[in-house]
Amino acid sequence: MTGLILQQAVNALTIGAIYALIALGYTMVYGVLRLINFAHGEMFMLGAYAALVIVIFAFPSGAGLFGALIIFLAAFVAVGLVGVAIERAAYKPLRKTSRLSPMLSSLGISLAIQAAVQLVAGPQPIGFASLFPVKAIEIAGANITTVQIGIIICALLLMFALNRFVASTRLGINVRAVSENMRTAQLMGIDIDRAVSLIFFIGPGLGAVAGILYASYYGVMTPSMGVIVGLKAFTAAILGGIGSIPGAMIGGFILGILEVFGTAMLPILTDGYLGTEYRDIFAFAALILVLLFKPSGLLGERISEETMVYKRDF
Amino acid sequence: MNGGTAKPVTLGTKLIGFALIVAAIVLACSVPYMPNYYVRVLDSILIYILLGLGLNIVIGYAGLLDLGFVAFYAIGAYTYALLASPQMGIHLPFLVILPIACVLGVLAGILLGIPVLRLRGDYLAIVTLGFGEIIRVLINNADALTNGPKGIAAIHRIDIFGLTISTPKDVFWLLLVTCILVAIIVWRLQNSILGKAWMAIREDQDAAKGIGINTTNAKLAAFGISAMIGSIAGVIFSAFQRFVSPESFTFQESVLIVLIIVIGGIGNILGVIAGATMLILLPELLRDYAEFRMLLLGLLMAFLIIVRPHGLVPRSFTPDRLFAWMRFR
Repeated sequence: MTGLILQQAVNALTIGAIYALIALGYTMVYGVLRLINFAHGEMFMLGAYAALVIVIFAFPSGAGLFGALIIFLAAFVAVGLVGVAIERAAYKPLRKTSRLSPMLSSLGISLAIQAAVQLVAGPQPIGFASLFPVKAIEIAGANITTVQIGIIICALLLMFALNRFVASTRLGINVRAVSENMRTAQLMGIDIDRAVSLIFFIGPGLGAVAGILYASYYGVMTPSMGVIVGLKAFTAAILGGIGSIPGAMIGGFILGILEVFGTAMLPILTDGYLGTEYRDIFAFAALILVLLFKPSGLLGERISEETMVYKRDF
Repeated sequence: MNGGTAKPVTLGTKLIGFALIVAAIVLACSVPYMPNYYVRVLDSILIYILLGLGLNIVIGYAGLLDLGFVAFYAIGAYTYALLASPQMGIHLPFLVILPIACVLGVLAGILLGIPVLRLRGDYLAIVTLGFGEIIRVLINNADALTNGPKGIAAIHRIDIFGLTISTPKDVFWLLLVTCILVAIIVWRLQNSILGKAWMAIREDQDAAKGIGINTTNAKLAAFGISAMIGSIAGVIFSAFQRFVSPESFTFQESVLIVLIIVIGGIGNILGVIAGATMLILLPELLRDYAEFRMLLLGLLMAFLIIVRPHGLVPRSFTPDRLFAWMRFR
């Protein structure tokens, strides 16, 4: 029994770490632009495909740990640049219009990216060999793979780095200032466009790494993989309090735990009537409950009308 | 659109209105001579006009962003599919199922409406999105009832007092009549006290409350009525396709309906018609470039929102203007 619980806990942490990395991108963008960036799920997907391309062309015979590091870095930068380009082309012209417009624009971009990847790589799932050495370790009756440990360590390292970055570097402080209050930050002489570009570099970059981790974990990628995972990661961001960076991290892990344990408990609780196929409902049910009872999330601040730049929804 | 914003009706507006109506009549008259493929496209456009008219009440009039509208469409479609197919062994006639589907739609709309009354903007969008997904996952997994991802087949054709609606052309006339009726009702609603209450909520909810509008009831009415129209569209869709599966009710479908409204012109019946025509016709026209279709559509969406954030049809161009040429003033 303890083995089973430990096993599920590690599974939960693994998927939670991936959700948390993606959620960071949603939360950072929302914190600054109050925009739900629907194209962010596609950044996650692009990351996986970028890794695939790099593996095919640069490391056809296995990457090794150093090669894996290069793949992560290259995918981070490449997808980060795609993110910046999308912001410039599709969101920046809409910054002064209603709040709905950039969101719908992001939906269009999301469709276009999915279609583009489908054109190049085909709609079928593509297998992906894990970038980490695969070895199963047995601890107290639980089967834990090195891939899972690698994913958790990787995600924690990135989150730690991001935390240091926003807490104590000049650029990070600029980003925080802009998300606190854009107008005041501008009056303080902060270059808003640069801060926004930076956010649209880091967010998609982290999403891309999450995509590689996800593909390493499940061993496949499809052009539509970003849709459901993206929605769930967004849920995680809301759970933790949208706009809050530590909130997104905690939210990701909580969602992972909820999903894994909830799904495991469901057949037991309902006597096998409701099976594991209801997994996706957990995320959305959690989302609805949080929004109804504590819309500001776990760590989010209540957004008052004053600090929010007043914009019409339509 | 109400008094203050009304511009004088110019000769140009009258001509455009006249031309559009003549074009619509010519198009409708030529339907009997069209190949079935074209009629199918027209049917599809009309279904989306119906859906757009429904969603427009929530988004366009009341200003509540609903991203899960497809759930009501699914409820209507599955109501018909379950009550008029061998799946459950129930074979009720269309005219009995339609009111049942309407009631179920309204109930579902209010059920969604009650918990989200306090939410606005993005949060509302996300909750409705979650609602839509939950309904889809439920349909996908409740195998005993809905036959899961395999869907329900052999759904009966519509039979109204011995008049069987079987070919795409028959469906076209049924849809056309339904669309015109719904459009008239929606247009009357827009100009009613309820419609004005919705628009007051859209412009400023607190002010609306301040002048004595019961925002709770107005919002629930918006959700209920829009869900009912969605449900009706679902019933007709189900009877027309004679097959339903969860694949028809994905999040992308909800997005498409929102885009129809936004690209056409928010809060404008004519905008919905223009948007639906464009977004359904365009992929059909691009059929030769099938592999580039979604790519182009996505890019076009983003592009249209950037260049025309308020939609193709200006808000001042209302159904009133369309018929302005009839009044010789």
